[in-house]
Amino acid sequence: MKISYYPGCTLKNNAKNFEDSTLCSLKRLEVEAEELDRWNCCGTVFSLATDDLIHHVAPIRNLIRVKETNTNKVMTLCAMCFNTLKRANERVKSDPESLDKINKFMYREEVEYEGDVKILHLLELLRDEIKFENIAKKVVKPLKNLRIANYYGCLLVRPKEIGLDDIENPTVLENLITTLGADAIDFPYKTECCASYQTVDKPENVADRTYHILTSAQSQGAELVSVSCPLCAFNLDHRQKETVKKYPEFKNIPVLYFTQIMALALGCPEKDLRFDLHYINPKPVLREKGLL
Amino acid sequence: MRINISKRKIKDPFVAKVEEISGQNLLACYQCGKCSAGCPAVSEMDILPNQIIRYAQLGFKDELLQSKSIWICASCFTCNARCPKGINIAEVIEAIREILLRKREDHLKIKKLSDAEKGDVPPIAIISSLRKFTS
Repeated sequence: MKISYYPGCTLKNNAKNFEDSTLCSLKRLEVEAEELDRWNCCGTVFSLATDDLIHHVAPIRNLIRVKETNTNKVMTLCAMCFNTLKRANERVKSDPESLDKINKFMYREEVEYEGDVKILHLLELLRDEIKFENIAKKVVKPLKNLRIANYYGCLLVRPKEIGLDDIENPTVLENLITTLGADAIDFPYKTECCASYQTVDKPENVADRTYHILTSAQSQGAELVSVSCPLCAFNLDHRQKETVKKYPEFKNIPVLYFTQIMALALGCPEKDLRFDLHYINPKPVLREKGLL
Repeated sequence: MRINISKRKIKDPFVAKVEEISGQNLLACYQCGKCSAGCPAVSEMDILPNQIIRYAQLGFKDELLQSKSIWICASCFTCNARCPKGINIAEVIEAIREILLRKREDHLKIKKLSDAEKGDVPPIAIISSLRKFTS
């Protein structure tokens, strides 16, 4: 199977561990991810103002890039890219006048966009196309006795029109983790916002959220937390530094992308997991479980 | 706290502007409070999400434009998901931010951030905060 792949900016630096572990896992699952030749920033946030068309130009331009590869399907990893691309697409699909204006603005593009690209998150590809039962067959290192809390954040599930699972109680990550042999821990903060970009000018607010989200996961017995968004990953992992300062009783917990956990189970080498990019080192708990 | 409600405030163009930019019907709100009950940021807010809607209905322009809350909301859409009247509260808050940003009143002063502050965070954090906090 081949699939067009839109990485987005953060997958090429802070979240290189997300990208490398995904590409290795997909190879093991016999899927070839073809990165788009040219892509630009998606804009990171979907513009909520009714009259602000200009900010939909960037995501739509990326969808033109997809069309240029003679396909009408693209996969993303980053939750922010997924949300922005998919919402911009829904917006122009439901509003031909906006689509026409955006196309006219991009008159130099050779392809006119028609609203016909399907945006898939990797989790949808794994669940709906590759299917979990086939992933189970490729597991070489079952993640026995590893208790994982799965954190979704906001943008994979909200709003309902574009969400990839139940809006209040998504379970796709738990189902994947169980397929890989681990124990999925349920906790009430799995779709609670991590304070997102507030991390730039209000890191102390992020520390509060990180504290509540992670201590809730720990109280249910989690040994590590799995995430699917590079901004959540930064806030929950790197902001533990600020969290400990504010809450001295807080105990650190490793935060991994679900793709790193999957890559581990599928037998990918440690170099593709890029643990060097983490603030809290996940190696001790993985070694303790005999996974490294 | 003493609050003055007046026809003049209710008819202020600010109310229509908020409705126009957000695309929301403010008067659909019946103050059930579910938005504030589910909001993960209320502890940092001075005016709660349900109060923002009430203030917007009544044309409390100055209170809203000066509130901390509009810069605390990170558009997580929990309020939108839970509103029984289908109001997109996050869009209303975005509209209030937009009214300020469209006057070139930036909230985030990027020059005041140190290199360490800018360098540590991922690019999506920088870009999204610029998108939400600057004109």
